[in-house]
Amino acid sequence: MTGTHALLAAAAVAGADFATMLYVFMLATFIGLGVITRVSRLLHTPLMSLTNAISAIAVVGSIVITGRDHPWYITALGAVALFASMTNIVSGFLITDRMLKMFKTERGKEPRR
Amino acid sequence: MTGGVAPIELVYLASAALFIFALNWMNAPRTARRGVLAGVVAMTLAVLGTLLTPGIVHWGAIAGAIAVGFVVGVPLSRVALTAVPQRTALSHAFGGLAAGLVGAAEYYLGLSAGGADLTRFRMTAISAEIILGFLTFTGSLMAAGKLQEIRWIPQRPVTYRFQNATNLGLLAIAVVCGVALIVRPAQVTFLFPVMIALSLAFGVLLIIPIGGADMPTVISLLNSYAGLSAVAMGFVLDNKLLVVAGALDGSSGLILSIIMCRAMNRSFANVLFGAFGQVQQKAAAGEQKAVKQETPEGAAQALEQAQLVVVVPGYGLAVARAQQRVRELYDQLSRRGVDVRFAIHPVAGRMPGHMNVLLAEADIPYDKLVEMDDINPDMPQCDVCLVVGANDVVNPAARHEKTSPIYGMPIIDADKAKLTIAIKRTMNPGFAGIDNELYTAEHTYMLFGDAKQVVGELVKQLSGGSGMH
Repeated sequence: MTGTHALLAAAAVAGADFATMLYVFMLATFIGLGVITRVSRLLHTPLMSLTNAISAIAVVGSIVITGRDHPWYITALGAVALFASMTNIVSGFLITDRMLKMFKTERGKEPRR
Repeated sequence: MTGGVAPIELVYLASAALFIFALNWMNAPRTARRGVLAGVVAMTLAVLGTLLTPGIVHWGAIAGAIAVGFVVGVPLSRVALTAVPQRTALSHAFGGLAAGLVGAAEYYLGLSAGGADLTRFRMTAISAEIILGFLTFTGSLMAAGKLQEIRWIPQRPVTYRFQNATNLGLLAIAVVCGVALIVRPAQVTFLFPVMIALSLAFGVLLIIPIGGADMPTVISLLNSYAGLSAVAMGFVLDNKLLVVAGALDGSSGLILSIIMCRAMNRSFANVLFGAFGQVQQKAAAGEQKAVKQETPEGAAQALEQAQLVVVVPGYGLAVARAQQRVRELYDQLSRRGVDVRFAIHPVAGRMPGHMNVLLAEADIPYDKLVEMDDINPDMPQCDVCLVVGANDVVNPAARHEKTSPIYGMPIIDADKAKLTIAIKRTMNPGFAGIDNELYTAEHTYMLFGDAKQVVGELVKQLSGGSGMH
């Protein structure tokens, strides 16, 4: 009896959690649409490399999969995913900054941080 | 958790907020670098926070993967700016791969634990992650290959009978596999690798019929898919930071694709399934009008006497590596008090905003780079419009020629300038494979030759004159 109750309660909590996740997704999408439409069209190429780096936050998932005590093939899958995400983070942030440094109003003046 | 909030959740919360600030600061070149800094801080926080969570034992594997990521990532950030579209496509591929692999790992972990964790909700997220991740992986690799002009990947669209039916059929089968896995995750395990294989194949087939002119749209769409696969990963791992970052990336890709589609007056479906860019069947070529040629001397004189010069750059300019010469021309003319502006079409180049970056690299001030919609009202006042390496984006046929494949596409009104000078290697048609009636217009003069040489010749003419002062 209690087992069934615990299960139902767990299911209810899980259901509420999924709903929360869907809300987070919806709200983040609207924030994204709002923020991105205001990005200068001059900067659409750096924008794409920056969002590349940001979505490589998948690194968080890859670290957990790689690091925990799992069978070797799971660790291997995680390590490749971690490598791929890390590459995106490093190259994404570096190339974005490199491109942004080139945008000047007059020669010699770099944009401030 | 007993009532409280895990510290890592607070770290993730701060990280998500910083990501939003990062994108917000991209709204102007003045604050954009601050955006990168915010992104780096957010990412560092999230990575360090995750490393400090209990249960991590394989430190060697983590350190190794991170080290290799640095070794590959640093050179990838040093590529020439003409190669940035390929790098971006490759980056989408890595994003898709990471999502796909984590999805696979989660599925097999769930199976080995008896399958109780593989609830319908999680299996839905895993299936979405697998399909989106792996199709983004191969699709982006194909796009990167096409952009890099790798020999065995055809540049022109490849089409065959029942292509769209075959492609959509494959995707439909992959989705059916996904649905079966959602209903019976621990019973139909053999369908899981099938779903992966179909997604990989679909990614390749999706890009094969797409030509060079559509690459800006396709890259943006793949950007969106890569973001969505990160969102799916967030659902699988129950991680809100992943959902937020993925949603930001996904909406960015979506907006850029919409801008690209509008700039070409095409729909998503038309871009993906239209096989645009094949050489068009010549539709009853009317009377052949002759083009008029100009000499560099004459062109330099016209430029010198102008008040407003509008340069329309196209990707051909970057191919000819003429950016530096164009900047010298800009310097010569600005010194004489000529107002020089650059008219940027949204699809100029191989990815959104590409032309701006290429010109910024040559030290052309960004306030001289003007969007199509802002420059067009000034075009009738323009004394000389100099077209360098652009073609379809200045073709007036887009306005009135209903049979033209580019009909309805917004263009830069180069033909409305008082005088138009077009620099072109030959009279070959552009990407869309159609003739450009700008070249035969009454007040258009052609300068034939390599863009770098011709612009260099113009600079020489002008600097010869200024030597007298």
